[in-house]
Amino acid sequence: MAETMGLVQDVSATPSRVPPIVQVDDLHVRFVSKDATVYAVNGVSFTLDPGEVLCILGESGSGKSVTLRALMRLLPRKRAVINGRVIVDGHDILSLSTSALSRVRGEIVSMIFQEPMTALDPVYSIGEQITETVRRHEKIGRAAAEARALELLELVQIPSAKRRLKAFPHELSGGLRQRAMIAIALSCRPRVLLADEPTTALDATVQIQILLLLRQLQKELGMSVIFVTHDLGVAGEIADRITVMYGGRFVEEGPTTAVMRDPLHPYTRGLLASTVHGQMHRERLRTIEGSPPNMEMLPAACSFAPRCRYAVDRCLEGVPDLHRPFPNRSARCIRLEEIGSMT
Amino acid sequence: MSDCRKNIRREPVTTCPPAPTESQPLLSVKGLRKYFPVKGGLLKRQIAAIQAVDDVSFEVRRGEVLGIVGESGCGKSTTARLLMRLIEPDAGQVIFDGKEVGMRDGMTVTDLRRHAQMVFQDSYSSLNPRLPVEDTIAFGPVVHGTARSKAKERARYLLNEVGLDPSRFGRRYPHELSGGQRQRINIARALALQPQMVFLDEAVSALDKSVEAQVLNLLLDLREEFNLTYVFISHDLNVVQYISDRVLVMYLGKVVEVGPIGDVYKEPAHPYTHALLSSRPSMDPEDRKKESPLSGDPPTPINPPSGCRFRTRCAFAEDVCARAVPALTPIRADGSWLAACHMIIPGSGHSRAAAINEATTGGTNG
Repeated sequence: MAETMGLVQDVSATPSRVPPIVQVDDLHVRFVSKDATVYAVNGVSFTLDPGEVLCILGESGSGKSVTLRALMRLLPRKRAVINGRVIVDGHDILSLSTSALSRVRGEIVSMIFQEPMTALDPVYSIGEQITETVRRHEKIGRAAAEARALELLELVQIPSAKRRLKAFPHELSGGLRQRAMIAIALSCRPRVLLADEPTTALDATVQIQILLLLRQLQKELGMSVIFVTHDLGVAGEIADRITVMYGGRFVEEGPTTAVMRDPLHPYTRGLLASTVHGQMHRERLRTIEGSPPNMEMLPAACSFAPRCRYAVDRCLEGVPDLHRPFPNRSARCIRLEEIGSMT
Repeated sequence: MSDCRKNIRREPVTTCPPAPTESQPLLSVKGLRKYFPVKGGLLKRQIAAIQAVDDVSFEVRRGEVLGIVGESGCGKSTTARLLMRLIEPDAGQVIFDGKEVGMRDGMTVTDLRRHAQMVFQDSYSSLNPRLPVEDTIAFGPVVHGTARSKAKERARYLLNEVGLDPSRFGRRYPHELSGGQRQRINIARALALQPQMVFLDEAVSALDKSVEAQVLNLLLDLREEFNLTYVFISHDLNVVQYISDRVLVMYLGKVVEVGPIGDVYKEPAHPYTHALLSSRPSMDPEDRKKESPLSGDPPTPINPPSGCRFRTRCAFAEDVCARAVPALTPIRADGSWLAACHMIIPGSGHSRAAAINEATTGGTNG
């Protein structure tokens, strides 16, 4: 029964020795337009420790990118309604003034995106874009800022960095552009780096280079990272901890190895079973039938229930709470114990 | 019956089949080439050429799934488009089912497109937004002379085959369907003309993993049911391993390796194949990569490096690699596994190559 599983509400249970650098409580984001209201994020709570790499894993429309953007309030002001509490390094992001927010962006928390070509300004050279960012945040001269720009390009391992300072985004290859974007994001030494599928558009041999670079920079600079991806392999390469999103909620969370080897939630199980990974050859794939929920009218129930092979009537009676069957693991499913003994 | 004649062109790549029997490949490609001009300057004259596909030769056997992998700009999609004649090749010979495409005594392009069909990556832009999906599926057969009512009937049958209820989905428009459903429509449309071969160009790449699995299962079912031959083009090495019998690896417009999927994935002969395969991220954190197998990005196919095009990123490159273009050379004596690398060409002059007199069938440990 649910009660025996130690039904505990989120954050209070995390045994935190060091205070977390990011704390999110009951985050809700909805997009309102004349035609419809889309409920993108529906009650997300989590914490991130200093120096930790958390991966938000989910399919398109699960709310993973919106969650990430809410951490910097990078959502359209008029259409997005954000509720809840987001604390990043002591700053209450959702109540900051515009000027205070623009200081926090870059200095405390910064973001890298999937498509560097659209994230970079096409009419300024890479060097100019970095110096501009640095001088916007710190009172230093042009020469010092330029020296910092060069240092940053070397940090992200761009070959012949000095020459590349003068390069425009279109003159760089995809991998170099992504490195340049990372350099800009790191230019004011943020404590938290948010990464929104930064390797998805890259070729296989380049993707692994960027993943290794991010891992190395994270260690060297002691940053905390939240990494959004749909790719289980990418999560496996970079994350300390994984959280799985479905229908705008975290449905499972745990250390990377544990989630990959022994998923708890039926959705995570389904996702792992339906993902083609190495060494598979024409075994019948166990798929998740149906399609993701309509985010305009989410029922007050388990949003995965319509596709779940283990669903029973009880699943439709309300949004399931997070259950914690083991330390550090949680899943939003009322039948965890029964399912666990079934398989 | 005269197709052996056409095989008398260069190299040990293919052996001439004794007679057009079961063993005759369904598709045979020889010396396929496409350079796109790069225009510039005041007079918009050609200043360079993108060597998108350069001297590509391979075969597809009846009933098999041939995977084509490579990074962006390697020419894998261009190859498929050339074979479907969506782009006119500069040179090369395409023999489909024993008949040369575009030759007077061979097969016309129209006929080719009845026997071979294609499914693209973008499920939305490849459908007509103003046509209900069953009309889209019936469109091809009508163009090829089937009666409208017959074509409709087949469309509804195919909708059912791809797992969509015709009475529920038939009259819908593309924007009323999800990405996975639209890709099912594209597959149904490709099958409407009862083709023998289907080119799948990144057909599952844009789908979410749970939907991708559904479509992969469907593709394997349809292949059994309709005796299809697939050419499966993808950048996803795991999916290619999953679905293919053989794999062809391309780099900057050239074939670098081709062979049985199990062998190539287990012991890649070409250093590029090796690097590509070991770039795959691992789901197991205890199995994380320590260093990346290659540095830098793939160069552009405009003015590619001389000799072996991979030499600029290859750890084993020597002088000979810049001087000579390595030919596809058998790794195995029966010619089922080939790679284009000087290290496996006996007597090529590469320090790791076998000397010419001790040249046997042996493999390599690149």
